[in-house]
Amino acid sequence: MKRILAAASLLALVATPAFAARDQIRIVGSSTVYPFTTAVAEAFGKTSGMKTPVVESTGTGGGMKLFCAAVGEDSPDFTNASRRIKKSEFEDCQKNGVTDIVEIKVGFDGLSLAQSKDAKPFELTKLQIFLALAKEIPDKDGKLVANPNKMWSDVDASLPKVKIEVLGPPKTSGTRDSFAELAMGVGAEKIDSLKALKEKDSKAFDAVWKSMREDGAYVEAGENDNLIVQKLQANPEAIGIFGYSFLEQNAKTINDIKVDGVGATYETIADGSYKMSRPLFIYAKKAHMDVIPGMKEFVAEYTSAKALGPDGYLADKGLITLPDDQAKKSMEVAKSLAVISADGLK
Amino acid sequence: MTNSFGKDDKTFLAKRYSAERRFKFYGGAALAITTAFLVFLLVDICRKGVPAFIEHHVSIPVLIDPAKVDAKDVAAGDFEGLVKDAIRAQFPEITDRVEKKKLVGLLSQSASNDLRQAVIDNPKLIGQTITSSLLLSDNADLYLKGAEADEKIASLDKLRAQNKIESAFAWRFFTNGDSREPEQAGILGALIGSLLTVAIALSLSLPLGVAAAVYLEQFAPKNRWTDVIEVNINNLAAVPSIIFGLLGLAIFLNVFGLPRSAPLVGGLVLALLVLPTIIIAARAALRAVPPSIKEAALGVGASQQQAVFHHVLPLALPGIMTGAILGLARAFGETAPLLMIGMVAFIADVPHGFTDAATVLPVQVFLWSDLPEIAFQSKTAAAIMVLIVVLFALNAIAIYLRRKFERRW
Repeated sequence: MKRILAAASLLALVATPAFAARDQIRIVGSSTVYPFTTAVAEAFGKTSGMKTPVVESTGTGGGMKLFCAAVGEDSPDFTNASRRIKKSEFEDCQKNGVTDIVEIKVGFDGLSLAQSKDAKPFELTKLQIFLALAKEIPDKDGKLVANPNKMWSDVDASLPKVKIEVLGPPKTSGTRDSFAELAMGVGAEKIDSLKALKEKDSKAFDAVWKSMREDGAYVEAGENDNLIVQKLQANPEAIGIFGYSFLEQNAKTINDIKVDGVGATYETIADGSYKMSRPLFIYAKKAHMDVIPGMKEFVAEYTSAKALGPDGYLADKGLITLPDDQAKKSMEVAKSLAVISADGLK
Repeated sequence: MTNSFGKDDKTFLAKRYSAERRFKFYGGAALAITTAFLVFLLVDICRKGVPAFIEHHVSIPVLIDPAKVDAKDVAAGDFEGLVKDAIRAQFPEITDRVEKKKLVGLLSQSASNDLRQAVIDNPKLIGQTITSSLLLSDNADLYLKGAEADEKIASLDKLRAQNKIESAFAWRFFTNGDSREPEQAGILGALIGSLLTVAIALSLSLPLGVAAAVYLEQFAPKNRWTDVIEVNINNLAAVPSIIFGLLGLAIFLNVFGLPRSAPLVGGLVLALLVLPTIIIAARAALRAVPPSIKEAALGVGASQQQAVFHHVLPLALPGIMTGAILGLARAFGETAPLLMIGMVAFIADVPHGFTDAATVLPVQVFLWSDLPEIAFQSKTAAAIMVLIVVLFALNAIAIYLRRKFERRW
């Protein structure tokens, strides 16, 4: 009985008719870009009369893997990324036949540090962030020791006497990678002994700023930024790390912390004076452009002034839009579909 | 008098009574704590979720200007313009460009679509001024629901004072698919996706599971092989669900080439996931049927197969159904295996078949909880409420079936 049934269901599976050519755009990738790409997908679906693209939230790395796996109906047409494509990913793509990749920069995301409105506001420098959060920091003689700082006042006498407690994303998150690179890495270079280490052994140097404390000063609070915001409200002493759009939406309950004297606002991120920001990209497969209906129109929708402009709907959703010259460039790429080469990739 | 323990009878008795009282207290306390958690969870979710079932409209006159809407091609009409003009006409004193933009921002993008539909349905409206109920945006809606705002929205307060704001039950929440605009987002897509997925899962796992259980329990010889199979089925029931997702990715997507994000694949994966649960429940139910029934059937000349299918299986059915429905409830709540096969995705279109892209209720909860817009927080809670109602309904069916068909010996 079991065998007959098993055989029958297997047969049913094999006999499933071949699926007609895909007429729906498929997008994978970064959860940071997800809120923006979905907004474009919805607008595209409503105005074009075609099916609304399916947008999966897989993370930048996971998206690249799927994107680079193959050319063909079974693989996604676009991937969202909260950083540039890596050289290794690009090579992986080439190897699998994904040779022509179109890169479109769509905007910026600011990484903000914030605290509850009930807390006493203070400012930080990147050096202070590094000294508070790195697993190991150099002592007076430049030797690396386990981070002894318990209070912010231990880091710098000018800071308040408050326990160091920072809530941020876990290791798997692209936000965490960016935070380490933009805040910790830059802070570490400000210390002479580490600067010397960088010149001597850059790998050892990278290990220093990439390792966050695991003794409770840095709390991995999960991928969900809303959760970090809620925890900040409950615990006014804590500081949270998350994307700028969450700061904007929760401006009633949380304040941003100025880093190196600059607060995270739309203007400071857009003009580049706030340094903890990263560019966001979408990547498209050129080989799919003529096969999957609607891809060109989707790219056009994404780069239109209605979406990407300073008054566009993506700005309403919290995207920091590109300065005019870069926006123009993105629009040109969307028209010409120029492909990228390995030059300049890291 | 002393008893065999060498103790005074009375103190021994008192000790036993107090031990009993303590035990009853512990039991009561455990129950109270469990109930408190449950009540806290439900109250918290309902408190957050109920506002999502209410939406606000502004009821103002709209002129369906023939200059903007051509009677021959109504769908192409500039309804956005009509709606903008209508709301601006309410506030002739606002002339500043930024303020005007804010004013238009109070309305949902859906307002013009609703109006377009109304005029398509009734083209005679062209040229008339009608009082139309226009949906407000998520921020305006939150403001009217009493959320703290950075600044007072004077225009909304004025409209409210003029009794032009209406609130209504948000049917939209049950008739729309997903959207990035909180006031337009609905759960229909996820609900249908869930039903399609679970339908596939059940139609596969129930016959397979019951057949496997009947064979293992009634026909299979007891030897090393069946022992190995039995142990493995029990182990399978405890395998983390993400593993089944990986399996689904490897087999159904990569080998069979089935489409990503399809309820068909989701259902197949979930069928594998609940199969061990169903087999174990069905075997327990079969074992609970007294052997005398089968023996009596065999005694009057029935074959093994007749005895099982005519007598044992019908009596075990209530237990099997309970197990199946509990397995189903588990399938309803799974998200992890679906991540691998692409069902954790933004899908705005409501699915129409087993191969259309779809998502499921718990995934919708997960996706909404991660969005920055505040209004999605109550949507998240509302989606949880729907999920809980569906699960309660399933459990109620399980209890009903058990009561109805249960036989005691």
